[in-house]
Amino acid sequence: MRRRLLFDEPLLNVTVHRLCEQLIENHDDFDNSVILGLQPRGIYLAERIHAHLGTLLKKKPKLGYLDATFYRDDFRRRDKPIEPSKTQVEFSIEGANVILIDDVLFTGRTVRAAMDAMIDFGRPEKVELLVLIDRMYSRDIPIEATYVGRRVNTIESQKVLVELKQQGSKEDKIWIIDKEKQK
Amino acid sequence: MMEELKVKHLLGIKELSKEEIELIFRTASHFKDILNRPIKKVPSLRDVTIANVFFENSTRTRLSFELAEKRLSADVINFSSSSSSVKKGETLLDTINNILAMKVDMIVMRHASPGAPHFLAKHIDANIVNAGDGTHEHPTQALLDTFSIHQQLGGVKGKKVAIIGDILHSRVALSNIFALQKLGAEVMVCGPITLLPKHIAKLGVKVELEVKKALQWCDVANVLRIQLERQQIKYFPSLREYSLYYGINKKLLDSLKKEITIMHPGPINRGIELSSDVADSTHSIILDQVERGVAIRMAVLYLLAAKRPELQPELD
Repeated sequence: MRRRLLFDEPLLNVTVHRLCEQLIENHDDFDNSVILGLQPRGIYLAERIHAHLGTLLKKKPKLGYLDATFYRDDFRRRDKPIEPSKTQVEFSIEGANVILIDDVLFTGRTVRAAMDAMIDFGRPEKVELLVLIDRMYSRDIPIEATYVGRRVNTIESQKVLVELKQQGSKEDKIWIIDKEKQK
Repeated sequence: MMEELKVKHLLGIKELSKEEIELIFRTASHFKDILNRPIKKVPSLRDVTIANVFFENSTRTRLSFELAEKRLSADVINFSSSSSSVKKGETLLDTINNILAMKVDMIVMRHASPGAPHFLAKHIDANIVNAGDGTHEHPTQALLDTFSIHQQLGGVKGKKVAIIGDILHSRVALSNIFALQKLGAEVMVCGPITLLPKHIAKLGVKVELEVKKALQWCDVANVLRIQLERQQIKYFPSLREYSLYYGINKKLLDSLKKEITIMHPGPINRGIELSSDVADSTHSIILDQVERGVAIRMAVLYLLAAKRPELQPELD
């Protein structure tokens, strides 16, 4: 299996810091802004950004977790259903600026489903999307991220593997791997 | 990826494995969260049509299924035999085939004959959910009962559950026994000897005739209704006498040295199997059961609908 390293720990830290600075530029002190991490894997990045914003701003913005399983458009169309995760949004997003956070942006379908799920908690003033990795030229629907950690050019048979310490990995590493050929 | 149900229909608890029951519980707990939000609806089943076909009366179960279907955004049609052509002599299979000809994907059926949904499953393509077949099984009720125990007491394994009352005519009792045993609980049935099936002990349950001893033994008492409509002969002298010997009241509960949880699948005959001060007390989780019933039924419908053959890409 061939793999190419996209992020190691120092690069990831620099990138998270840059993303936070960009967020602060647009959201000032986060008074009316909330962060929603997308389940299952976007929540780790969301927690990381949330913690770093906390140090930079000296206060913690609101953080929630959003699961879009029941809003997906591929239910009944895939071989196996997706295991749902917990949605935890303990504040109203009515009139708020929402920042959706996911680790990888690929076809855009998860983000579409997440926006449907989000609307059930109120009508936000503005919605933005932050992703660590944008897999360019692979979108099924017209969705783009507002903040991007790194853009990469991949082909469909490749996969982005995210290993973060919060997920139980030994160190932070993000790879592109070539999926083994299926017979 | 998650596991899926191996069964295509929910005919009874007997056909389910422990893992499948746990999968239904996990899915139901997500739906329970959704039901506590301001917008209690998800679009998962928006391309599914479900027919609720009730050949027997029902309030709770029918409303609960209908609500579950609507919370999942399914299209719903309702049918009850009292206002239908069944009265004109149409057979069950003809009735159902006519409903399916209108492009219905799932059937939720209650029928007075045990085995009616099993018969249907052999002859039609749609997914079938048994909403009670005669005195045989009532799987979604057992799932919501055990799910309530699971959530209330933090698990089912090792818990002692007494099912009290009319066991002979109760589909709830049989489904509950299967579900509780699969999940590792100890089960006791208690009632007058005339209302206990003759070979019930062969299912591996304890049998007790005295209600106080059953209550003393158990952590949870699931109290059943006396089903007068199914009793063609007299099984006990009078309702008054039944309530005197088998009715559960506050005085009886207070005389126990411990706290137990009281459940009832409804409808309650107040003053017969349960006194009002017990039914409305903090011991009782009867209304929580109803709330969880919607979540359980959402989970069952969602999991059964998960695969639609005609939309799967063809594999060569």
